[in-house]
Amino acid sequence: MSEGKKPFSRRGFLRAGAALVAGGIAWQARPVSGQTVWQLDPAKCLQCGRCATECVLSPSAVKCVHNYQICGYCDLCSGYLQPGAKGRDTGAEHQLCPVAAIQRKFIEDPFFQYTIDESLCIGCGKCVKGCTLFGNGSLQLQIKQDVCVHCNECAIAMACPADAFSRVPVEEAYVLKSQPPQERKK
Amino acid sequence: MTARGRIVAVLAACFAAGAAWGEFRFPMPEFESGYKYPEMHTPAADLTWAVADVAILVGFLCLAAWLVLKRRSRPGVLALTVVSLLYFGFWRKGCVCPVGSVQNVLDGALHSSVAVPWVVVLFFVLPILFALFFGRVFCAAVCPLGAIQELVAVKPVQLSRPVIAALSVIPYAYLGLAVLGVATGSGYLICEYDPFVGFFRFGASFNMFLVGGLLLLLGVFVGRPYCRFLCPYGVLLGWASRISKWHASIPPTKCIQCRLCESACPYGAIVTPTPEERPESRAQGARRLAWLIALAPVVIALGVGVGVLSSPMLSRLHATVRLAERVALEERGDVQGTTIDTDAFRAQKRTPAELYAEAHDIQGEYKWGAGLLGAFLGIVVIAKLLALSAVPARKDYETHRTHCLSCARCFPYCPVEGDHGA
Repeated sequence: MSEGKKPFSRRGFLRAGAALVAGGIAWQARPVSGQTVWQLDPAKCLQCGRCATECVLSPSAVKCVHNYQICGYCDLCSGYLQPGAKGRDTGAEHQLCPVAAIQRKFIEDPFFQYTIDESLCIGCGKCVKGCTLFGNGSLQLQIKQDVCVHCNECAIAMACPADAFSRVPVEEAYVLKSQPPQERKK
Repeated sequence: MTARGRIVAVLAACFAAGAAWGEFRFPMPEFESGYKYPEMHTPAADLTWAVADVAILVGFLCLAAWLVLKRRSRPGVLALTVVSLLYFGFWRKGCVCPVGSVQNVLDGALHSSVAVPWVVVLFFVLPILFALFFGRVFCAAVCPLGAIQELVAVKPVQLSRPVIAALSVIPYAYLGLAVLGVATGSGYLICEYDPFVGFFRFGASFNMFLVGGLLLLLGVFVGRPYCRFLCPYGVLLGWASRISKWHASIPPTKCIQCRLCESACPYGAIVTPTPEERPESRAQGARRLAWLIALAPVVIALGVGVGVLSSPMLSRLHATVRLAERVALEERGDVQGTTIDTDAFRAQKRTPAELYAEAHDIQGEYKWGAGLLGAFLGIVVIAKLLALSAVPARKDYETHRTHCLSCARCFPYCPVEGDHGA
């Protein structure tokens, strides 16, 4: 074909142009070497409960994380007990958690340790709300990165009323209250 | 002692953090029983597969190009389709895919605060580069969204050329809306309304399952409805495929005008030879062409008008606009009660006036954007009409470079195929 021998066929010219445009757009996007993941900032979180319902996974990839270092180990735990609970034992009727995912364990008088059973936690944030309102805020919602399927557009982020979700480099996946920003990288 | 030391360290860190987190209501306990703090469970993300994805994408694209162009093997393409569906769909759960990556790349290009990983950029660029050389081999056997539809297309009916032309305007509108969504910060619409990703994850909202299920059901009779009449990335691949260096061809050698390929193609991507008798005289054709060209500014102006008029509605894609409208209703007392979103807004230290101003700015952006989108769609419509009215000189049955998905379905039907020695 004589057309194939031409140094610049019309189609070849267009093709080079298209490749340049695609490459140019990609270059303009300033690619970064690392991966990004979704992060939930507990300082912004309002515990609205949507993390439990909006995630594409069921149960949600958002779960409660307990930052023991800032916990008061209270007997009367506002994250564990219903407001106005008649007793402080492990009775289901006293518990705030709808799925009994918080285990209460006596450590020493008068301290109790609260542990989240992640296999049960649905990320509803009820305990987090109680702890944030009346306690130290040691119970916090976080995205469990081993559960998260890393959707390109996080369904919870779209629904979050507090704008607490953001795309961050993978090293900054977790950010917990009590950590100053420079210590966020864990 | 160590525990106490840690507590002091934590407290010091808290003071160092300043008043950002506030002071703690309850003091940290001083344990006497040698209690050790349990480790916090913050498992890392496993992203090793993401790098493998790029290598596998390249491998699959090469394999697809070889199977379509060199090997001309429909069973091979079909097998690769199944593997792609299993790997990119069910194993990798459909994210990130090249279809959605358009938005990430655009977001990164438009907003300096957005970081786009290399993996995502390569997912955007590679299928386009392959389309520039080999046609839409990505659509043929690598895209998981295409694969799931390819497998259900068992009883496809033929759509007429004008119907296909009319419906294939929708992807341009979808692409334009997605661009508008990214530019205004309204989110990634393509991902939000991805119909099949719910199947891949075995979990989605009811609406997603409903739309996905209906599309698959429709896909039994109308081949690949999402790819042909919705997919925004398909627009870009179609452009690239149109000027591709090589392309899946039917027939491989001399056409015997048997029309078997035409009836074998479920996607209406086989173009027919120029009829012996022209359907209209040359003068008639020229007159219509002149009319269409004269009509172009009117159609484009109409597009701009419709775009600008529909911009208040479109701007509701942005959460801030929706919130502002709801807050306004509540402030005026037109609705009873509050929503989670308006409660959250009132918990912040912002006045409704600030919110309204912000929403107003976004609506202004939408007015511009929707106007441009309308003009773009006007151009697309005119281009489609021109393409429909043109009668190109063609002797044989050929693949339509833009619409052909390189699925190789027609190859086994071509009687000349055996002579090719494939």
